[in-house]
Amino acid sequence: MPVILATDLIVYFLVAMTIYFVIRARSDGTVKAAWNELRRNRLAMVSMFFLALYLGVAVMDCVRWRDPVLDADREVSRSETSGAVIYSPQALSLLDRAASKIRLNTEKTYSSPFSDHLFTKESIEMPDGRAVRDYPGLKYPGSHWLGTDKVGNDVFFIALKGVRTGIVIGAGTTIIIVPFAIFFGVIAGYYGGFTDDIVQYIYTTLSSIPGVLLIVAFMLLFGSSGYQGGLLSHRETFLGFFVPNERLFWLCLILGITSWTDLCRLIRGETLKLRELEYVQASKAFGVTSPGIIYRHIVPNVMHLVLITFVLQFSGLVLAEAVLSYIGIGVGPEMGSWGNMINTARLELSREPVVWWNLFGSFLFMFALVLPANIFGDAVRDALDPRLRYR
Amino acid sequence: MSTPVIQVRDLKTYFQTPKGVARAVDGISFEIPKGATFALVGESGCGKSVTALSLIQLVPEPAGYIAGGEILLNGREIVVLTEREKRGIRGNNISMIFQEPMTSLNPVFTIGDQIIETIKLHQKKTSAEAKALAMDIFGKVGLPDPEGLINEYPHRLSGGMRQRVMIAIALSCKPDLLIADEPTTALDVTIQDQIISLIREVKEATGTAVLLITHNLALVYRNAEAVGVMYAGKIVELTTTRDLFRNPMHPYTVKLLRSIPGGEKRGKALDTIPGTVPPATSYPAGCHFSGRCPREMEGCASIYPELAERAAGHKVACHLHDAEFMAGPSSKPLRHEPDSLAPLAAPYAQRKVLLDVKGLKTHYPIRKGLLKRVAGFVKAVDGIDLTVREGSTLALVGESGCGKTTAGKSIIQLLRPTEGEILFKGSDLARMDERQMKPFRSLIQIIFQDPYSSLNPRLMIKETIEEGIRSLKPGLGRAERERKITEVLERVGLTPEMMYRYPHEFSGGQRQRIGIARALAVDPEFIVCDEAVSALDVSVQAQILNLLKSIQRDFGLSFLFITHDLSVVEYIADEVAVMYDGKIVERNSTVEIFSNPSHDYTKKLLSAIPKIDPELAGLWRLPGR
Repeated sequence: MPVILATDLIVYFLVAMTIYFVIRARSDGTVKAAWNELRRNRLAMVSMFFLALYLGVAVMDCVRWRDPVLDADREVSRSETSGAVIYSPQALSLLDRAASKIRLNTEKTYSSPFSDHLFTKESIEMPDGRAVRDYPGLKYPGSHWLGTDKVGNDVFFIALKGVRTGIVIGAGTTIIIVPFAIFFGVIAGYYGGFTDDIVQYIYTTLSSIPGVLLIVAFMLLFGSSGYQGGLLSHRETFLGFFVPNERLFWLCLILGITSWTDLCRLIRGETLKLRELEYVQASKAFGVTSPGIIYRHIVPNVMHLVLITFVLQFSGLVLAEAVLSYIGIGVGPEMGSWGNMINTARLELSREPVVWWNLFGSFLFMFALVLPANIFGDAVRDALDPRLRYR
Repeated sequence: MSTPVIQVRDLKTYFQTPKGVARAVDGISFEIPKGATFALVGESGCGKSVTALSLIQLVPEPAGYIAGGEILLNGREIVVLTEREKRGIRGNNISMIFQEPMTSLNPVFTIGDQIIETIKLHQKKTSAEAKALAMDIFGKVGLPDPEGLINEYPHRLSGGMRQRVMIAIALSCKPDLLIADEPTTALDVTIQDQIISLIREVKEATGTAVLLITHNLALVYRNAEAVGVMYAGKIVELTTTRDLFRNPMHPYTVKLLRSIPGGEKRGKALDTIPGTVPPATSYPAGCHFSGRCPREMEGCASIYPELAERAAGHKVACHLHDAEFMAGPSSKPLRHEPDSLAPLAAPYAQRKVLLDVKGLKTHYPIRKGLLKRVAGFVKAVDGIDLTVREGSTLALVGESGCGKTTAGKSIIQLLRPTEGEILFKGSDLARMDERQMKPFRSLIQIIFQDPYSSLNPRLMIKETIEEGIRSLKPGLGRAERERKITEVLERVGLTPEMMYRYPHEFSGGQRQRIGIARALAVDPEFIVCDEAVSALDVSVQAQILNLLKSIQRDFGLSFLFITHDLSVVEYIADEVAVMYDGKIVERNSTVEIFSNPSHDYTKKLLSAIPKIDPELAGLWRLPGR
């Protein structure tokens, strides 16, 4: 039985956009020219490969279904009253199933990467009855690339699970930020006067409220009882296969609402400059309507700001999730997120000797996402700018 | 004779670019004696400013480097000095003033701080002494109230005052050489005149040598002793100013001189130079001017003409003056352009009134306080009357800030006028809303000053031109639109396949042509040219002026020509209106205004334009057999 979470829609949307641009790149002149330009940039292509890899993992983690519960005879259990099939409360994704080996190969507790023994000494009873204090061997020696955590779960797998969370937070928040910021920024800058006053009033008010406070209040109001990974409760399965009340979704929403103001301000400023430029004046002299001017002349010329802000904010958003997880309103521990990993690492780093691989794992995964995202964002911006295109 | 202040020998300044080595300055030699002014003239992109930066040892590294040659300051080689020693020379021995006075002063420090800093850096003086010196220099450069000024911030000063401050700072250490890189280009004509006189006075008083870099030949005429004409990294003609204007020998110099608009050329086409300056990465092996030269010979593109003395004190780099070359086999002419110029415009006659502006006022409200109450008005345009006749040109002249651009925008309804009537063919545009205005939009168009910001960088030329046709002639189909675009592009001297390119692929002159094509595409009858040729080099300006005149003749267009450049006005306009502080102070036919100005302000404006004696123009002939 399939299960779709609200945030899955964000990833599906991302995939749909990618497909849309691939199709456009085959026909549309501008997109095609930009793509040809992009293809020549080797660094951008490598970055794109990494991003595609991440997106692939995220998509795999978004396709999930519940298996029927099997009884002792390995037969499908049915409800005694209605005869309906009883499904497991746990929805496993394609990723979970593909990586079931590393998911299920758990150890007793901490072990360092590629190790064949546990990280801490224990009293081991020898066959001859002596008790020796030594490092016990692992059940699956050498199979944990990034070691195991306190309860013996594979850190590499947890980091993999964090990919979806990271992408959802980054992309989901952006999907909320960009339309808001462009719409309000452009109309404020272009029309000026009363419209400008209203927009400025809204974003000044919003940015004068401490962000964390607003987020906490919002999450307690809407997201406190949301699904946060692990087992599905009756409440979540009530609507069938769609789970709308998901904590991560509310998190994206509120992060989006609190962080569109910076971009909006930038866009408003740029629009103020653009509307006085002579090509806009020329359009006015042609009697082109204001929405027409905004669509043709203003929006394409503020897109570079959007791209830069998006890429810069992306890592900030992932970290914001870590901060919020720390105060207990972020992503649940069972969902797996880099924020949670960093959060756990806080205590592990104060141990002696230090348990460093949780932090290292999250760092590695974030780094391998944020750096290519930066490089790719820059390359896309350059490719879209006809001035920088080689001839 | 004593050692010249600066001697430049075979200086080469190159830049490393992705497209190869750009030879911005490609082997030039000149010297400036003490107390003399040497002018370096040429179109933009010829290497004038790079020469200046090389002299002061500020070539942007690491892309740029001095590839050869030597620069001797008072006989001492400075290229080989250490950075520390070079720092001692800058400001102390060589000072520089720049084109843009608005950005050359740091806005967060007072004027006093900035000049005292310079003085203390180079001279052992206490703060009090430096301050006294600064006030003394302020007095010398004609700045009023030095005591008050020293505590002022730059934004409180006008452009002319700031340029005076820059000159004061440059002079504060009594430099041996003052480099003035386009010192007056960004200033109004009356202030231009004051600044250039100031530089001359200062030179005479202190005996400093001056290197004047400019594209304005008329400015050179009265303000320099010697001139080097620069083209594509080379000096092509080097002589005294007197000689240059009486007997220009290089075809480039002749062409440049003849492309300057002026009253004596009315009714004739201006001389132009086809094509553009070649990029510094790909100069021809021979003469850099080959390919554009009206007298090109077979050997010109392959054999480089050395700069040699062809008349007393007159150096020219051109094979035409080389008897040996002319006797040889390479001198077979490739091109021989006629020396005379075709008549162009139809004679001016009293025609029907097309546009009649009565009592036009455009005021901007000044809003203050929390509730943004209107506290007063900026009276940008304060009651002007104008009349434009069919097929003729009215010039609206004035200095920056006089309201001429606001007036132009109000007339074509890009701004809402506060009061007054704008009668276009009898209909009052000022009373129309955007919908009623729409049929008139195609009849009234505008061409802008800045060829860079007038085209959306993200749209192809086709899309840019198409926008107006789509909006104002919605009946036209795709094929008809394309035909129209082809037609206007050809009319302005571009080729139809250029419509699939982006603006950045064009030069300034070509962009201005595209701007004209965009306006022409909707079949206007009246075009406002808002400083349409002010940002262009003189040779390109001549091309655009010729184009405007010929489209006026062919389509019977009327122009409102908004400009501050009076020599252009004298050449192109039928009538002139002089604007000052939001009002028209004088209105008359061009000939009347220039021969017999009645208002004081008009007289002041006219006397300030740098002019070359008109009778000299008859002497400018292309060299030939």
